[in-house]
Amino acid sequence: MSVPRYWRETRYRYRLIGEMCTECGAIFFPRRAVCLKCGSVELEEYKLKEIGTVATWTTIRNPPEGYEKYAPYIVALVELDDGVMVLTQVVDIEPEEMKTGMRVEAAFRKVKEDGSSGIIEYGFKFRPIIE
Amino acid sequence: MIMKTVNTVGIVGYGAYIPMNRLRASEVNRVWGGSGTPIEEKSVTAMDEDAVTIAVECARYAVKRGKIAPKDIGAVYVGTESKPYAVKPCGTIVAESIGATPNVMAADYEFACKAGTEAFQTCIGLVSSGMVRYAMAIGADTAQGRPADALEYTAACGGAAYIFGRKPDRTIADLEGSYSFVTDTPDFWRRGREMYPRHGSRFTGEPAYFHHVISAAKGLMEELGTEPGDFTYAVFHQPNTKFPIKAARTIGFGMDAIKPGLVVPFVGNTYAGSTLLGLAATLDVASPGDRILAVSYGSGAGSDAFSFIVQDEIANNPRLDPPVSVFINRKRYIDYSLYSKLRGKFIK
Repeated sequence: MSVPRYWRETRYRYRLIGEMCTECGAIFFPRRAVCLKCGSVELEEYKLKEIGTVATWTTIRNPPEGYEKYAPYIVALVELDDGVMVLTQVVDIEPEEMKTGMRVEAAFRKVKEDGSSGIIEYGFKFRPIIE
Repeated sequence: MIMKTVNTVGIVGYGAYIPMNRLRASEVNRVWGGSGTPIEEKSVTAMDEDAVTIAVECARYAVKRGKIAPKDIGAVYVGTESKPYAVKPCGTIVAESIGATPNVMAADYEFACKAGTEAFQTCIGLVSSGMVRYAMAIGADTAQGRPADALEYTAACGGAAYIFGRKPDRTIADLEGSYSFVTDTPDFWRRGREMYPRHGSRFTGEPAYFHHVISAAKGLMEELGTEPGDFTYAVFHQPNTKFPIKAARTIGFGMDAIKPGLVVPFVGNTYAGSTLLGLAATLDVASPGDRILAVSYGSGAGSDAFSFIVQDEIANNPRLDPPVSVFINRKRYIDYSLYSKLRGKFIK
């Protein structure tokens, strides 16, 4: 990811902010310029719930370039408590411990590094709830 | 000389974070043939954690605990010697992540293990003067230890964040006074571009840790007209299990006073996070009216001593963040091979 693109998205990726259509109430993450449900362009920022449920998941053992050192890692579809489905990594758990339906919460983590001299990309992943 | 604030300043919120990986001291012994056990086990970051992610986790919990609007935080200072960037502040990332930007001061502090309490002093001054409503001080590290070195047993990862505010805002512990004691003492250092620090072995004890910790603690107590018996709890910087216990006993504190905050046997030395984590664990069990002494130590060298008096708010404030004990018990043991990968010790 280019530095300007990363910079444009930091506020949303750091704080898990999506957008809500003011016409029909549909919520999106990542943000959209046009509502995928009703076609409206009237969208406003929406702070997403930071707790959700694992809908499905898989383990990545042959990662794309830039993610090699994190393998194996878990990628899941998590349905947040406000109904939004997000594609995310799930951390602090082994693949054999993962279960569909488990409750997870947002965690702030490194996502990717541009080598040893480039920018470090941070953002949200999810983990089993700490309580 | 004791430092007192013009207005009453206190802790409004605090939060801790400890990564869940643990490396037992016995595992280091297995690989390198040693027999020492300065601690039981230490915390180790996951591959996608660093001092910034730890600082952000602490900061988010502190905001929850304080129940304040992040936009009211006027300063975010991160004390660490594990900066992911040599040039680019951790503080800006933390401030952005909690929603305190853009009208906020942000910077990183470095004073070995006392960078976090150095940030305390700045935040306390800013809040007392009225320059900002709230200020956040964080101590967070992913400490470095050379393979087979004594530090490899203890150099750990974790941190804690504190938000300071001024009465009449609700505070859970008010500052009674602080005292700093600093000299030029080369007991531990890491040169630029060096991966691991060096230290003066036994020199790190009497002329360094004990001289500064005890001088700061005694200096503060003398100026306040207090004795160890006036404090319910005491927290001392924890490079290993032995040092804080010896310092406490030398000053006149018993184990009951330091035990709640003695997290090093189970977490290791989280460097700039060490005293702050110990204070957080102590606040977790404290009651209104308790007086707490917290004394940091940073190599190079210096100590900051603080006296806090716990307020009624600590009991009136239902928690939205996990106590330190939850993080201590949330763990996954790793072996030395995985530890070496996670801490970047392999050359590919």
